Amino acid sequence: MIIRFAGDSGDGMQLTGDRFTQETAAFGNDLVTLPNFPAEIRAPQGTLPGVSSFQVHFADHDILTAGDAPDVLVAMNPAALRANLGDLHKGATIIVDTHDFTARNLTKAGYSDNPLDGESLDAYSVHPVDLTGMTVAAVKEFGLSRKDASRAKNMFALGLLSWMYGRPTETTTTFLAKRFAKVPDIRDANIAAFKAGWNFGETTEAFAVQYEIKPAVMPPGTYRNITGNLALAYGLVAGGVQSGLPVFLGTYPITPASDILHELSKHKSFGVTTFQAEDEIAGVGAAIGASYAGHLGVTSTSGPGVALKSEAIGLAVMTELPLVVVDVQRGGPSTGLPTKTEQADLLQAMFGRNGEAPVPIVAPQSPGDCFAAAVEATRIAVTYRTPVLLLSDGYLANGSEPWRVPSIDELPAIDPDFATEKNHGSGDDAEFWPYLRDDATLARPWAIPGTPGLEHRIGGLEKGDGHGNISYDPANHDFMVRTRQAKVDRIADSIPPVEVDDPSGEAKVLVLGWGSTYGPIGAGVRRVRKAGYHVAQAHLRHLNPFPANLGEVLKGYDKVLVPEMNLGQLSLLLRAKYLVDAVGYNHVRGLPLKATELAHAIGELVGQAEGIDIDLGVWGEPTQKEHI
Amino acid sequence: MSTSPLTDLGLPGLRSGTELVPTTDEKQTGKDFTSDQEVRWCPGCGDYAVLKAVQSFLPDLGLRRENIVFVSGIGCSSRFPYYLDTYGMHSIHGRAPSIATGIATAREDLSVWVVTGDGDALSIGGNHLIHALRRNVNMTILLFNNRIYGLTKGQYSPTSETGKVTKSTPMGSVDHPFNPVSLALGAEASFVARTIDSDRKHLTEVLAAAAAHRGTSLVEIYQNCPIFNDGAFDAIKNPDTKPDAIIPLVHGEPITFSAGTKGLVRDQSSGGVSIVATADVPTEQLLVHDAHHPDPSQAFAISRLTEMGYLNQTPIGIFRQVERTTYDDAAREQVTAATTGDDDAADQSARLAALIGGGDTWTIL
Repeated sequence: MIIRFAGDSGDGMQLTGDRFTQETAAFGNDLVTLPNFPAEIRAPQGTLPGVSSFQVHFADHDILTAGDAPDVLVAMNPAALRANLGDLHKGATIIVDTHDFTARNLTKAGYSDNPLDGESLDAYSVHPVDLTGMTVAAVKEFGLSRKDASRAKNMFALGLLSWMYGRPTETTTTFLAKRFAKVPDIRDANIAAFKAGWNFGETTEAFAVQYEIKPAVMPPGTYRNITGNLALAYGLVAGGVQSGLPVFLGTYPITPASDILHELSKHKSFGVTTFQAEDEIAGVGAAIGASYAGHLGVTSTSGPGVALKSEAIGLAVMTELPLVVVDVQRGGPSTGLPTKTEQADLLQAMFGRNGEAPVPIVAPQSPGDCFAAAVEATRIAVTYRTPVLLLSDGYLANGSEPWRVPSIDELPAIDPDFATEKNHGSGDDAEFWPYLRDDATLARPWAIPGTPGLEHRIGGLEKGDGHGNISYDPANHDFMVRTRQAKVDRIADSIPPVEVDDPSGEAKVLVLGWGSTYGPIGAGVRRVRKAGYHVAQAHLRHLNPFPANLGEVLKGYDKVLVPEMNLGQLSLLLRAKYLVDAVGYNHVRGLPLKATELAHAIGELVGQAEGIDIDLGVWGEPTQKEHI
Repeated sequence: MSTSPLTDLGLPGLRSGTELVPTTDEKQTGKDFTSDQEVRWCPGCGDYAVLKAVQSFLPDLGLRRENIVFVSGIGCSSRFPYYLDTYGMHSIHGRAPSIATGIATAREDLSVWVVTGDGDALSIGGNHLIHALRRNVNMTILLFNNRIYGLTKGQYSPTSETGKVTKSTPMGSVDHPFNPVSLALGAEASFVARTIDSDRKHLTEVLAAAAAHRGTSLVEIYQNCPIFNDGAFDAIKNPDTKPDAIIPLVHGEPITFSAGTKGLVRDQSSGGVSIVATADVPTEQLLVHDAHHPDPSQAFAISRLTEMGYLNQTPIGIFRQVERTTYDDAAREQVTAATTGDDDAADQSARLAALIGGGDTWTIL
């Protein structure tokens, strides 16, 4: 079941969607969410650009995406209806707030006639409801102004939908009581509106059926619903605990990464310091300083911020200090689409610095997976003394899913292994050489200020091998450039091989992805398999270096499809490194890829590879759900 | 020039800048702070004098050498850390204050120094400088001002006088320069001083006061570049002209110069200060320097007496030193307040498990 709540950006749609999600998670369904909102905090009221929506897909089985086509649209005004109608399939349910279908609002949304009156919506099951009017009536006893009273209409809508899908209501009433504890009138009005919505569903005959979606069957464990940014922040806290290093976040607010700062600022009890700097560069600069001083330096940003931090990241490459750079990607270039998702920073992460400046890249594949990816980024940064780019994106950051909470025993131990002794020569001639490397990892020693006898100077100028003094020697520079690259390449020794999901073993086509396309790719692959065809799927956690077996894996398939929310950045890297004829499937619409469209793209390639005609049948229809 | 002991500030309760840094009883000399790296500035560069002064001053602090960190940006003066046998980082252009902010906030037990120049601190790194000053991070910033770009070979800098003919301004610069002291005072700095590379005694006294100050200390050091801007400070160095060119600032004393023949008085019309012949005004009308005044207005007014063209006249000394909570102390205090006293690794793991397993959860068996 896919439900989309849509309204004005001031109508509280994100909150409504989030509460419905929490209720659904508490009920035990599997779910995936897709918030979609404008960059403007309050875009002009009632207009198309001001529409904000929240989509939640839930089911009694494992699901991978927020869904392509909603089954239910809740539209709080004409603009919300118009902006979202195109995504609905025929027969979908539409609940509209008739109160806002005034002549003025219809004009703002570009309707010349009221769509509720004509035949244009005949293909849908439309429920015109005066949500605002009923809300105002329901909260009358609290003596609020009409404006304040009508603001509770989102809770009325939530109550109605909660009844329709049999969601538990306690979490929402508890939440409202807590959230508005300081304003009893507003608190009581919201709870009353929520209950009134539920009761309206129960008593009216308009919604004859109360839907029931049974809890999903998921692997044993303790679960919670979690967004990507929250999971990522928790992962950084965990990285600090596992390494025994205090976390120092130096950052500057930027959409959609700011919630990582907000979250980490709450966790000072773990020794976390958050520094809101004057700009992106100062954020990463302070993080590098903290790392030099023996903390776990972290900076969080989005693509434009990475551009500003590039020189400093190069300094961390040269000084070989641990640093985690979180890039929550958004639509670009320039300011681009701040609140929309994209994967177009891969090449910036890979190459966006002057000189040969290799940086390891790690990417999470789902909101909950941001936790493990952050721990992995920390492990690499600390073990190999290097900046690491952690590439999340707007979809992962704000989207949520049920997450199996890992036990602390499952997390890797991370050893900062600070240098405490001189490491070159002996007796009175003993010295500390900051660039004498570990044979296995090629990591240099990390000697922090306060360690007697190991006083040393590092910096952005080229280092002489071993002793680390400034060196302009041509052969030394060539050697050091190659050594820094070799160190990053060597990380491949410590990462697991890429796993291929190829159940039949007969697939000729491999679909290879990275990052948040995991869900849509998995759903697309399922559809193709359900239609009776063979296809293999693999997903990359590590983008630099690639897993050691990736070349062999690619050779095992006739065709490789690489779906990405960019114009083919991973494809470019694969083609360059493995001489493989990777075929791109690329969209940059600011939204996740659609499973149905992907299924068709995969099917087409399977057809070519096997020399057969492909007919996906119902599995090529957006309305077909992802039942296994 | 006569100065009083600058370190005796008479401010009760003010924590010293190095109070939390471990000290040593071992006898230290300048040689202990000299690294094995060959110093590579141009012959005659003012940086040599400052390096020498710093190397011989550091033992006076009595701090453990391993707890001192020098951070620099890019420019001639930014090579400084390589020549000191302490911890150090030669970072990137303009960013040293931000890196030092991370170091100073992470570690209360370090004495943190920034070495920068007029281009590094006031052009490319201007933003970091003003924000470090307003935050009042516990560090000392040595701003070597030679009023020219040296490392890039002679372009005008943000402190060069208007009309300066350089490689990049053959018809003369049309830029208006910064007055670094005025800028720092406007940026809420808690310690602002100006000194001269060639006046070892004054330089050392200012360094001592800056190190003793808890917060961001900005020390502007007039430094001669013999290659690209030679003689920029001749008026304040030449024994014949300097009595008239230097306006010495000593806290608690009337501001006079030119062998006592000139002094400063308040200018009621402008709100600033004016230079008068001391013979023309009653002694009690002469301005007495008050570096500790909470209001920086008078310090700012004095800073405006700096000649912005060729430097024929300038106040020298500590313009301002006031007590204000430092960013790093306050940030650490919040972390300490949130941390439970003796939290070992096992406790941390347990709390981490509670954190990530918090919120609304459900269990599937």
